[in-house]
Amino acid sequence: MLSTSLLNEFKTLLGKDNVMDSESDRHAYSYDAAVLDSVVPELVLRPTTSEQLGRTVALCNENKLPMTVRGAGTNLSGGTIPTKEHGVVILTNGMNKILEINEEDLYAVVQPGAVTAKFAAEVAKRGLFYPPDPGSQAVSTLGGNVAENAGGLRGLKYGVTKDYVMGVNFWNAEGEYIKSGGKTVKCVTGLNIAQLMVGSEGTLGVFDEIILKLVPPPVASKAMLAEFDDINKASETVAAIIANKIVPCTLELLDNATINYVEDFTKAGLPRDAAAILLIEVDGGHIALVDDDAEKVVEICKKHGAKRVQMAKDAAEKNKLWEARRNALPALARARPTTVLEDATVPRSQIPAMIKAINDIGVKYKLQIGTFGHAGDGNLHPTILTDKRDKEEFHRVELAVDEIFDVALSLGGTLSGEHGIGTAKSKWLEKETTKATIIYSRRLKKAVDPNYLLNPGKIIGG
Amino acid sequence: MTEDLHQLAKMLHELDDQMVACMKCGMCQAVCPVFAETMKEGDVARGKIALLENLSHEMIADAEGVQNKLNMCLLCGSCAANCPSGVKVLDIFLKARVIVNTYMGLPAVKKVIFKGLLTKPALFNTVLDLASKFQGVFTKTASEVIGSSCSRIVNAPIIGERHFMPLAKKPLRKLEPSLNTRPGKGGYRVAFFPGCVIDKIYPQVGQAVLKALRHHEIGIYMPTGQCCCGIPALASGDKESFDKLVLRNLEIFEKENFDYLLTACATCTATMHELWPLMSGDKTQSMQDRIAAMAAKVMDVNQFMVDVVKVSMPVQGSGTKVTYHDPCHLKKSMKVFEQPRALLKTNPNVEFVEMADADRCCGCGGSFNLQHYDLSKEIGTQKRGNIVASGAQVVATGCPACMMQMSDMLSQHKDNVAVKHVMEIYAETL
Ligand SMILES: Cc1cc2nc3c(=O)[nH]c(=O)nc-3n(C[C@H](O)[C@H](O)[C@H](O)COP(=O)(O)OP(=O)(O)OC[C@H]3O[C@@H](n4cnc5c(N)ncnc54)[C@H](O)[C@@H]3O)c2cc1C
Ligand code: SF4
Ligand code: SF4
Repeated sequence: MLSTSLLNEFKTLLGKDNVMDSESDRHAYSYDAAVLDSVVPELVLRPTTSEQLGRTVALCNENKLPMTVRGAGTNLSGGTIPTKEHGVVILTNGMNKILEINEEDLYAVVQPGAVTAKFAAEVAKRGLFYPPDPGSQAVSTLGGNVAENAGGLRGLKYGVTKDYVMGVNFWNAEGEYIKSGGKTVKCVTGLNIAQLMVGSEGTLGVFDEIILKLVPPPVASKAMLAEFDDINKASETVAAIIANKIVPCTLELLDNATINYVEDFTKAGLPRDAAAILLIEVDGGHIALVDDDAEKVVEICKKHGAKRVQMAKDAAEKNKLWEARRNALPALARARPTTVLEDATVPRSQIPAMIKAINDIGVKYKLQIGTFGHAGDGNLHPTILTDKRDKEEFHRVELAVDEIFDVALSLGGTLSGEHGIGTAKSKWLEKETTKATIIYSRRLKKAVDPNYLLNPGKIIGG
Repeated sequence: MTEDLHQLAKMLHELDDQMVACMKCGMCQAVCPVFAETMKEGDVARGKIALLENLSHEMIADAEGVQNKLNMCLLCGSCAANCPSGVKVLDIFLKARVIVNTYMGLPAVKKVIFKGLLTKPALFNTVLDLASKFQGVFTKTASEVIGSSCSRIVNAPIIGERHFMPLAKKPLRKLEPSLNTRPGKGGYRVAFFPGCVIDKIYPQVGQAVLKALRHHEIGIYMPTGQCCCGIPALASGDKESFDKLVLRNLEIFEKENFDYLLTACATCTATMHELWPLMSGDKTQSMQDRIAAMAAKVMDVNQFMVDVVKVSMPVQGSGTKVTYHDPCHLKKSMKVFEQPRALLKTNPNVEFVEMADADRCCGCGGSFNLQHYDLSKEIGTQKRGNIVASGAQVVATGCPACMMQMSDMLSQHKDNVAVKHVMEIYAETL
């Protein structure tokens, strides 16, 4: 139990409404989107200013309370599930302002709780573009995006969150203010701490302000949908498109199982026998160039054995082509009670091998798995459909996940392309890296957070 | 106490199969009007489901705390309509309210209203008739255009700072006592269920519906003795009163044959079409069949006009600028949103303008408005902002509850925007 005097101190600092200690409030912050057991925090705090955030961190540190920062709580790796003993959850949604959008110098300054899609829309209103678009962008926070190095559909051409982080100002474990990076394109002042914060999952500092790079938007785009009766042909097509110096802004793949789940759900007339569908979108600064690229993509698809290629003529048709991809997760999620959404990633040439392995694993463990994902960057989402209440089946799921990671690593890939490590995947980290890597990371953490209070246990365990 | 909690948990197990479908993705945070105001996870569908699960698994002892969170909800269905996992959120919440309520007991005030008044339509009507005679004493006309009244008594318990719509001088029931007519050229025969709010506050909406039905020579069955559709009782977890109301209505409407059972209240439509059968699982098979048969006939009047009567096609009108608010129970529950717009466009004196976020909840949410007026007002104020920004002189909608809420918000801001039902605007053309 926390002492009444400490509770009162928090209440004086943050206001009563922003100190949540009732049972029902605390239980509402005991989980995130990962399929993991929940842990109930002892206290939930919501600072609304930078100073309050700093004081909150300092007070937690002084009282040796482990802190877990929480944005929208949509991460899929347990990053916001608090620590078992005396865990405190610090919410950032009281700090959700866009502080500046600079149209001349192409950057923006935001508070960590600003919602990704709202920010992107504000940027778009000013004729600029913030490309990272995780599937959760309607609710995810920019702080969460930076802390997870979130990707999205546009990753292949536009990169991921890390490519847009120019600076991060944050509170360290003691509640002191650290500044890193800046508003200039070039900046070599000091260590590149801002990039160290990217993907740090709340373990190295608590972000207060983030400086993000903006770019001019494309003026035209064109979408196509290609069907293949052989996944290898789809993969060759992807390679050929890129070999032809065309970098689509989206290159999404749905495998046969996913196509069938989507068709069960939407009855939109998708080809049930297709081995794969590719959704391809090209964009650029000039309509003629985009048209050219689109024509070339259609040609390449046909040349590499696509059974059918459709090109959208207008926005309405484009919307229609996107339907299948948009419905991938909803269709899969509805099929069974529990949805285990993985993000093992392989070099793009290894996609056919990876999908074959996933399907073999599905057969071996008698599990339903649908795979979709970002074919351009090899980031796949094998999605296991199960019921976590069925202990025996869920055990098979765990074995299957182990094996999926093993295959991904053996194909030269990685455990996680964008969902992060959290607690869900920390046990596999050493497999992908080395023992020394873990020790090095832990030493780094110990040096900046000697009491191990910043989201302990995440990424590197310990 | 713990034994009781164990009982409660056991009852909640009934919901496990539906709750487990929630994958905790958090996407409901994007659309929940209550969460947009409070930004607290316990107020959004994901949080409420998690709390119910933990209550069901006996991990929480504070059932009252969970009940309070459950009540922080407009039952607007925005979460369900946008849920990637297709979680039947409203089913879960309504059943949970019944279960938790059975355990906790109904607060005294509600007990009086639901058990005493709603289930006895005659008494309810008399009380409200009396109130309508005396209300001039308590209220003064606040806005001519809107015709709402605000309380003269500062901080009166329920009226407070609200700009309440006055009770009609004569309810629909008095203006059009009962009807039982055969169809003419229109071919169809329908039953009409005005619902409490139209009957007592907006009888002119009921009259507009009847005018249109008569115009199209549709046979009408409008019996006396109809009572509330049951949603206020159910939303408060009072299943017993809800069942009584369903049964009374069922008996009255089963007396005659008709093709459709029409309502002009989105909330009544959704309740009768969806919740009557949903909540009938504890009844005998024959009763379930009767309820299902009646529910299948329930249709929104806008939908009837456009899809069944097939009224003449939209014209390019000019004159009064009219915008449309999508009631949650029409768009998100019944998927009716094109028909009311089409109907508005049949009026040559109407220039239709779309407002931003037309399908964003108005914040009324039935008793939510009474329990959490400040929040309800915050949400309603946003709606008001969108209405005003559209430049419309009239905001039309398909639900009298939304009409009350929008009138309250517009009137408080002294906006010169009238609030009407789509059928009123359609009936003007006839
Ligand atoms: C339906 C769905 C689709 C998704 N699609 C994608 C996708 O396409 N691409 C992708 O990359 N991810 C995706 N995700 C995963 C998730 O949405 C992202 O990881 C996102 O970045 C998390 O943002 P959040 O605000 O929810 O962060 P949270 O889940 O709240 O937090 C994530 C991590 O960030 C830390 N953190 C948050 N704020 C701060 C701060 N101010 N300072 C320090 N640390 C902080 C937390 O401690 C935690 O470790 C998806 C998730 C779902 C449910
Ligand atoms: S959107 Fe649906 S599945 Fe996702 S958290 Fe909300 S209720 Fe659960
Ligand atoms: S029904 Fe409406 S108010 Fe209630 S949780 Fe869902 S979105 Fe929020």
